[in-house]
Order: sequence, then C-alpha cells, then structure tokens
Amino acid sequence: MNSSIKTPAANQPISRRSFLDYLLGGGLLALVVGIVYPVLRFVMPPELPEAVQSSVVAAKVGDLKPNSGRIFRFGKGPGILILTDSSEYRAFGATCTHLSCTVQYRADLKEIWCACHNGYYDLNGKNISGPPPRPLPRYNVAVRGDNIVVTKS
Amino acid sequence: MRCGTLTYHLLFLLLLSALVAVPAAAQDETGNSCIDCHTDLDGKLAAPAMTMTEDVHYRRGLFCQDCHGGNPERGFAEGDPELAHSRRYDWRGAPKAIDIPEFCTRCHANVNYMKQYNPSLRVDQLLEYRSSRHGELLAEGDENVAQCVSCHGVHGILSVSDSRSPVHRANIPATCGACHADKALMKPYSLPTDQLAKYSSSVHGVLLLERGDAAAPACNDCHGNHGATPPGLNSIANACGECHALNRDLFNKSPHKKAFAEMELGECTTCHGHHDVTKTGDFMIGTGDKSICIDCHEDGEAGFEAAGAMKAQLDSLKNILASAEELLERAEQGGVDVESGRFDLQQARNVLIKARGAIHSFDPESFTKVTETGITEAGIVMEIGEAALHDLWLRQVGLAITIPLILLVALALYWKIRRIESPKH
Amino acid sequence: MIAFETEKSSAAAWLNERLGFDKLAELVRHKQVPQHRHSLWYYLGGMTLFLFIIQIITGILLLLYYRPTAEAAFESVAFIASQVPFGWLIRSIHSWSANLMIFFLFVHMFSVFFMKGYRRPREVTWISGAFLLFLSLGFGFSGYLLPWNSLAYFATQVGTDILGQIPLIGEFLLKVARGGEDVTGATLTRFFGIHVAVLPMVTTFVLGLHLALVQKHGMSVPMSVEKSGRPIKHMPFIPNFALRDAVGWTLALGLLVLLASVFPWELGQKADSLASAPAGIRPEWFFLFSFQTLKYIPGKIWFINGELLGIAGFGVGALALVLVPFLDRRAQRNEVGRLVSAVGVVVLIYMIVFTFLGYFA
Repeated sequence: MNSSIKTPAANQPISRRSFLDYLLGGGLLALVVGIVYPVLRFVMPPELPEAVQSSVVAAKVGDLKPNSGRIFRFGKGPGILILTDSSEYRAFGATCTHLSCTVQYRADLKEIWCACHNGYYDLNGKNISGPPPRPLPRYNVAVRGDNIVVTKS
Repeated sequence: MRCGTLTYHLLFLLLLSALVAVPAAAQDETGNSCIDCHTDLDGKLAAPAMTMTEDVHYRRGLFCQDCHGGNPERGFAEGDPELAHSRRYDWRGAPKAIDIPEFCTRCHANVNYMKQYNPSLRVDQLLEYRSSRHGELLAEGDENVAQCVSCHGVHGILSVSDSRSPVHRANIPATCGACHADKALMKPYSLPTDQLAKYSSSVHGVLLLERGDAAAPACNDCHGNHGATPPGLNSIANACGECHALNRDLFNKSPHKKAFAEMELGECTTCHGHHDVTKTGDFMIGTGDKSICIDCHEDGEAGFEAAGAMKAQLDSLKNILASAEELLERAEQGGVDVESGRFDLQQARNVLIKARGAIHSFDPESFTKVTETGITEAGIVMEIGEAALHDLWLRQVGLAITIPLILLVALALYWKIRRIESPKH
Repeated sequence: MIAFETEKSSAAAWLNERLGFDKLAELVRHKQVPQHRHSLWYYLGGMTLFLFIIQIITGILLLLYYRPTAEAAFESVAFIASQVPFGWLIRSIHSWSANLMIFFLFVHMFSVFFMKGYRRPREVTWISGAFLLFLSLGFGFSGYLLPWNSLAYFATQVGTDILGQIPLIGEFLLKVARGGEDVTGATLTRFFGIHVAVLPMVTTFVLGLHLALVQKHGMSVPMSVEKSGRPIKHMPFIPNFALRDAVGWTLALGLLVLLASVFPWELGQKADSLASAPAGIRPEWFFLFSFQTLKYIPGKIWFINGELLGIAGFGVGALALVLVPFLDRRAQRNEVGRLVSAVGVVVLIYMIVFTFLGYFA
C-alpha cells in the first residue's frame, strides 16, 4: 500500500489525466455494453418460446387430404399425423418399435408401414405384421382454429 | 344336462356319506369320484388325478369319462371300481401311442363339438399331423415319434396361452429339443441333435428365450407345428419371408434367386445359416476376410466387384454418419444445442438400416440409390453440426474479446489509484 | 456525488431537498478505512457482496424461463442452456458465482474471526454475518435441487434424510422440507419457493442490517495493530478504497466469464426417482466436510445413535459460531487470547481436511 495518500487533486497535467479517464470511461462503457448485450439477448424470447414440448402444431387444417399422413417433429423424435378416410385425425410416435426407423402411412393399405423391415401397424398403432414387437405410442390430436395440435398425454 | 348330473351326483354323495363308511378325505375337494379314488391310489394310478384339476378340459367341465369312457357314478354308487371301468359303459382305457391322434381328434376334429368351446379353434390338426414327418412315421407304426401328448402333455393339459404350457411360444424350443436334442432318440433317424443349441444362441433364440420377445420365431414358425416338416430348399425364402418380407422380395428379384436354385443352395440359409442364424453384420458383405460373398465369388468376377462396390458404398454411408455424429457430439460437449441435428441424424440412420436390407437386391446400382439418399441426409446433419461449431467458435471469440477488455478496465482502475495516490499530488 | 457538494443543478437540489442525500454523501465522503498490513482482508466482504449482486441479477434472468415442476424443471434448464441466446452463459455464471460467493463468504468469516473483528461493539455485526452464512448455505442447498438432475435429486434425498434423524420433531421437519414422505415434484416446488422468495427476503433484511452496522462502526482494527502503539493510517473510502474494490470486482467478473465459458456448469441426467442412485452422490463442496464427518461416525456411540450425535454436534457448532463474540471473553476485554484462535485453526484444518477426504477418499 502506498504510504502517503492524498485526496485527488485537480492540478494534474490535462493530457495524462484525460487519457486515463478516457481509457477508463471507454473501457467501462465497453464493459457495460458487453454485459447489457447478452442480458438483452437473453431476455428476448428464442424461436421456440417453450422449454417442454408436450404439444406441437403438427399441421394446418387442409394440409392433409383424407387417407394420407405426414411426419412431423415432436421434440427429439418424429411423429406421424394421419387423416383417415372418415376424416378423423390420428397421431402416433413415428419411431418404429423394431429398430427405430421412421414409419410412414400407406394409403393403398390404410396402414402404417415401416420400410426398413416391412413392419405394419394398424390405424390404432397396433403392430399387426412384421418384426415390430410393440405398438406405436398414440398421441392426442385436437384441432384448435387453423392448427392441428398434437399432445402427449 | 351336465349340471343336472353333477347336482344329482353331489346329492347322492351326501346321502351315501351318511350311510357308508367312506373316508372323509376321499370325497371332498373335487367331488369327482375318479379323482377322489385315484388320489388315494399309489404311483402310476394316482399320477393322472394329481394334475387333472389344472387341465384345460377339466376346467371347461369335461371329466375323465369324457375321454376314457366308463361310468364313475355307477361304480361309486355300487362301491365297485370294476363297474366304473366296465366296457359296458364304453370304457376305453389308456390309448396306445399309435391311437392317440384319433383319440384326441374324436373331439378336436369335430367342428360342431369344438364350436361350443372355442369357435375359432382349428379342427384340422389331424389332417396336418398326418402330413407331418411325425405323422407319417406314426402311421408306419413307429411309436417313438411325437404325437399329441408328446408336446401338449397328458393329464393337466394347459392352454397354449398359459406360460407353463410346454407348447407356449417360449417353451417350444425346449419341448421340441426334449426329443430332437437327444442323441440316443435321434440315432435311428440319423438326424442331427444340435438344433436346440444352435437355435438358443441364434439371434431368434436370444430374442425369444432371453429377451422374451414374443415376435421372435420358435421352431414351429418355420417348420409348422402339427404339420412339422423341414422346409424344402426352395421354400426357405418363403418361410423366412413370412417375417422378412422385404428381404424376400428383394432376393426373389435378385440374380441370386436363379443361381442358388441351379446350384441347389438354400436361399437365405447359405449366407445366414438356419438354426444358428447369427446377428448379421457389415462384415458379411464385401471382399474382406470374413465376407461371405468371397465363398462363391472369386477375384476378377463381376460378383466379386459388385460385392466390393456395395461394401464401399455402405462404408462411405457409415463413415459420413459417424463423422456427422462426431460433429454433433463436439458441439454438444461445447454446450451448443443440436437437437434438430439429432433428429436429422436419426433420419439418416434410418437409411443405413434400409440400406442393409437393400443389400439383398445384390444389385450395386439400386443399392447405391439407397445409400446416396443417406449420404445426402447425413450431409445436412454435417451442416447443422458445423453451424453449431461455428457458434461455439463465436463464443470463444467473445471470450477472447471480453477477458482482455476486463483486464484493461482493471488495469485502468489500478492506474487511476496510482494517479490519485501519487505523492506528486 | 461530487456534483452535489459544489454546484447543484436545480433538479438535484429539488431531489436533495426531499431525499436529503447530501447528508449521505457527506457521510460517505468522510468515511475512512484504516490501513495496515491486514487491510487486504477488508475487501472480502465487498467481494462477497458483489457476487451476491451477480446472483440476484442472473437469478432473476433465469426466472424468465425456469419452471419449477418435476416434469419441466430439467427441460427448462436444458432449454435455457441450449435454446435461449446466452442462456448457457447466464446459467453458468449463476452456478459459478454461487460457489465463489460461498467461498469468499467463508474466507471473509475466518478473516474476521482471526482478526477478532467481533469485539465490542461489533457483536451484532458478527451475529448477522453468521446468519448470512446460514442463509447462503440455504441458498446453496435449495438451489442445487432446482435443475432436477439425478445427482442433485439423490443428494437432496440424503441431505433431507438428516433432518428426519432429529428426535421427536424429525419426521415433522422431514415432511415439511420434502412436502411429503419422499423427494418429489412437491419438494422441488417448495425448494423453489424457498430459493427465490423466502431466502431473498430474509437475506435482504439481514444483509441490510449487516451493511448498516459495518457503516455505523466502521472497519475493525486488529488488536495486534492497535496494540503496536504506532499511529494508524487511514485512506478515504471514496475514491481510494472504492476503486480498489472495483479492481477486485472487475477481476472477479473476468474470472466468472472465464470459468463459465471454459467450464460450463454441467446439467447431467434428468432425475428419475425409480432409477438407482448414481455412483458418487455427494453434496456441494461446502457441505462436504459435514457429509464426510457423518460417514465416519460409527452407528452407535455407547447407546446413542452416532449419526444423531454428529447432527447434534453440528447444531452445537452452529450455535457456537453465532455466539463467538460472547464465548471469547478475553477478546471482549481486549486481551490477546490464543485459545479461541487455536480452536479456529483446528476447525479450519478439520474443514479443509474433511472436504478433501470427501473428494478423494
């Protein structure tokens, strides 16, 4: 510690003082920007504003024709949304229970089909033929306005 | 009608017990005089009675006399066992092995009779059995071959759906193996006895016996059950194709179909084995040491080249998948989210699984079409991974700017203190 | 501040007339900090305060996205760390700053202890400080569970189990702490409420008291310096001491950014009550010495439950900590007493040794 301490005096050479003050002021300003910028970015909501995806908009009304299906992303895994002949929406997890391939809708058979090893599921998700050992998990479907919302129960 | 007989029987018993000195233990529990008497007998004669109460027939209201004939009520009423077992009352006794199929199918081939118990139960077992190797040999008088009771049990027959039944799916390999793994029994037929051991260690056996996967095939799924025969050389692909339909279709269109038939090679079994179907691996294809292709195809042949080309395609798909995953992992370890990349990677992995099936086309051109889609999808994953790594790099740049800035401010503060406290002022 | 003493703008004058902060400015301007060879320790309280402010700011930011339910807690923290811009940084700083704060709090406490800064008239300052330590440990314990990962889940199970050992009221305390028989989503909700509402409120009051008392009494000068007979130099709080504080805080900020970027705080696996406990469950490092002690105590000592004895020991220890100013009679009479310092050294060595044993044994 310095042995002789005095309160600040005003009679310093202007140039040195102002250089140091500019340096300090500029540095502090940059630091404040460096703190405020991440904070503002943090406060702005990200693209997907929710942490837990227990529901997802799988499609819009009219996206699907009767007797067709489409794959949508549900969290980390795929889901399949099917519009049946009788205009009923059904949704299942689309990961085949055999070796985790993604299943697809077969309009010709009106069944869910896994192309990898020819596994079949009926429109209740039940494994009916081929290697799949278990049914597909079924999700709830609700039509909210224009959106077809799929939820995990 | 049966109910009436039973009530009558019970009433009778009650009356009798008051009059005749019948040991109390003999008449309670079942109320069936066959079982009550036989339980008190020794050894061989007691055995049928002991397990009968679990029997699927007994539980449905069928009693001893419904198979064996005789008249237990009369015999009991008159206190004369001879009467119960009298030919006057259609006593048929225990059938000889050679007669058992007809003995059981008195009911089991009777459409109308079976309908009342289980309308969907098949009634063609006898027909099937006669077509089987077991049935043929039995007809020739060989009493050692399997007939109904060899597999289903005698007294205490359980429904197939009962997990204790010897013909329950998971128990079938052991039931068949009881004879087919017995060297002494199989010697006269010069049949091998290693099928059970081979099956147990096969991919199917492990699935069914160890992992309890009911979708895995047991012996009867390939050989048939009542009509058990070995599948012929040309029908093997059909037996396997019951489950592996896609591979069957590809194989049937492939050049191997004709070639195997001409060379009298088993269709699926030549590469995969039969009882010992082992887990497949990518080592099976190509021109490497463990490759199966080189068993037939020699260097310089078109087939040899095709095998090499397909293997190269498979490897390049696997390599790009591996490097895509490594990229994602590096990004994740750095703390960058790559969930969408994980999703796409899963889709690309699907193609690898599909491609392994597509090998059975044995056509490099159509196989390449499959692998190319996977390579394209893996490319998308690579892009996501690289973008994530770029993000990580940006963080490091941010750190590289922030830390010197902070140090600079600290240093400026230090100089400020020095200035303030300088003795000059 | 300097503006107010010279030419006051009309707005400042208007405000000053109503708030009277020129008196405060006057107070601060005259505030002096003693200067001697032990002065360095004076900065540790300020450092702890700085880290606590960081905790408040980052904590509020985390609240924007965090969800205190068993279903969503882990996912929301993962979401913060992966989806929210700079979320990884804010979360990591919150975790690192929490640990550094507790570290500096301990160093601050021991430095005040060995310099006997609790002597008359600073007894209440010490007591409020001791309570701030307990509150901080409470922050640490409750905050540890909030990410709902398996390590924290099982550590909380073990930690709350200790409550249940207390005779008579143990079961009651256990149920209150856990919100039921077991550590569940109900526990998480409780811990969340404690972490973001109860503890901050109580801490605000106790910290306010602590700081007000520090201002009132000024810095304590160690007895050795007092007794040396030499005149004690002072430095003005503004700007000399405050600038020194600022250097420390800036460096601390740099350290936090560096730690948070290079060693992002791990999230681990989501808690699963049905999964078996993972290997190496241990509480946070500042509880480790007590955790390790309880491990070493035999099941029965004479006829008393050993663990219970250990818990009672820590209770007595905490009480002794609060009562240090009254236990150290010699210091109260301004006499140099070696005994209390020796006990402090033994306790410090014991805590360090047992913390290391907790990590490596």
